[in-house]
Amino acid sequence: MANQEILIEAKALVKRYGDFTAVNGIDFQVRKGESFGFLGPNGAGKSTTMRIIAATLTRTSGDISILGKDPEKFGPEIKAHLGVVPQTDNLDNALTVEENLYIYGRYFGLSKKFIKPKIEELLDFAQLVEKRDVKVEALSGGMKRRLTIARALVSEPEILMLDEPTTGLDPQARHILWDRLFRLKEQGVTLLITTHYMDEAEQLCDRLMVMDKGSIMAEDSPAGLIKSYSTKEVLEVRFGSDRNAVVAPQLKEMCERIEVLPDRILLYAEDGESLLHELGQKGLHPLTSLVRRSSLEDVFLRLTGRTLID
Amino acid sequence: MAPRKGSLVLVDAERVKRWGALAVVEVRVMTYLKYLPALLSVAIANPFLYLLAVGVGVGKLINTHSGGVDGVKYLTFLAPALLATAAIQNAMDETVFPTLEGFKWHKNFFAMNATPISGKQIVNGVLVAAMSRVLFSVTVYGIIVYLFGGFTSARGWLSILTSLAAGASFGAFIMGIAAWAKNDDSFFMILGRFVMMPLFLFSGTFYQLSTMPIYLRWIGWLSPLWHTTELGRFLTYGHHITALMFVVHIGYIAAMFTFGITFSHRQFERRLTK
Repeated sequence: MANQEILIEAKALVKRYGDFTAVNGIDFQVRKGESFGFLGPNGAGKSTTMRIIAATLTRTSGDISILGKDPEKFGPEIKAHLGVVPQTDNLDNALTVEENLYIYGRYFGLSKKFIKPKIEELLDFAQLVEKRDVKVEALSGGMKRRLTIARALVSEPEILMLDEPTTGLDPQARHILWDRLFRLKEQGVTLLITTHYMDEAEQLCDRLMVMDKGSIMAEDSPAGLIKSYSTKEVLEVRFGSDRNAVVAPQLKEMCERIEVLPDRILLYAEDGESLLHELGQKGLHPLTSLVRRSSLEDVFLRLTGRTLID
Repeated sequence: MAPRKGSLVLVDAERVKRWGALAVVEVRVMTYLKYLPALLSVAIANPFLYLLAVGVGVGKLINTHSGGVDGVKYLTFLAPALLATAAIQNAMDETVFPTLEGFKWHKNFFAMNATPISGKQIVNGVLVAAMSRVLFSVTVYGIIVYLFGGFTSARGWLSILTSLAAGASFGAFIMGIAAWAKNDDSFFMILGRFVMMPLFLFSGTFYQLSTMPIYLRWIGWLSPLWHTTELGRFLTYGHHITALMFVVHIGYIAAMFTFGITFSHRQFERRLTK
């Protein structure tokens, strides 16, 4: 991957709205064929960064190039090679599923001859063959999302940008979408994803940029981030809301790191089961306990002192 | 599945920069066709009822008592104004609603703008499509006026041209206002009560503007409806206007169109990149 061509490069990128700084001097590179994720809570600056890349928002300062071009000077030339899936579906409600795919192809100047077989391919990809003549407003949330993604693929874009692709979807719909995105990745499409779901980031992204308050907190592969910023395992214990804070100082001495949350305490250790056993030996018996592997949520907690979904 | 070619091979940004507005026209026309029976019914029923009530009913009263207006029968006098009014109404419907829908209700202008299509091309495409509906409606209106005997000669059909000018100049301007408006509920109220109604009533539609008190005539002077109605009356039955006023009418309509389209371009570009 390191030898692959750089498709997106940002240096000291800043976006301000009056006194509010949405993006605060960030640097990053995205290479061809990579699946790159922006992970962070709402308001972290992910969507703003995506809009600057998509040439629909001007930056305040810094440099950015997409496919070697400045989006403020070459908007249409850059957009010609992007597939954009916005946070909120903006399909044409007056048209059918098939017509939505058709007209989007026309916006890219594609011929009817090319679009016609492409529609069949995309309907199949999005599992919407039977819904082709249905008006968009009659589709479920998951179907609309799949159609929005299929629509973004009509021009076979070099870069597919997905802003919170599975927010609001049920677990089954999320897994279908993930499967479709995996297939695209296998075809060599560069994916740019913003999400505040750590499981989504772990599933889909080769590399992640953790953002908070417009700044980059860390950048690495999901496994690399966990290795750098957390332990192998986490022991989650509950002593009851009154006692959690009381026992916390005692627990702190028994593990590498501790996070006291309102409802539970997280104990970071290489071996969670051994730690739980040790707790019992010292007469500390939590009401509930759970040993799990460290996740990106723990990384985020370590980096920012907050959970992803506050 | 066909082998992937990629957008670098498939998409020609220069081509979209030249012809992209036509794709916007295409989607608008696709939308119209969904409502074709309704559009056709409105296009026929509206002028039919109007001409029956005002053209024939009021017209008979006026023709009987004063022998017509401006030297012609009342319906002939009225026809250019009615066609221009219909053009303005249709242009408003097909520019304001898609604009509010595109920016606020369904946000499909943002979807268009995520492709190489620019804000200016969206404005141009929506306006051209709106004018196709205007042409359709005023042609139907013209046929009904003809059937009611409102055209005294073939020159009567020229009122279609002047009504198109009314629709284009008004549509180009009001689209920018719709893109600028933040609150769409009060926007419709203000537009309907304080813009459309006074324009219709005080633009020399039912009687000559010169019969109005001087303090009300300014509404007509500002209105594209009055300027195009005057031109329409001049072209269709030889209503007297001076050479200077002929130039003023054409200049005003051209200026309103040019200002309107420039204003709309700016408003669209601003809102799409906000």
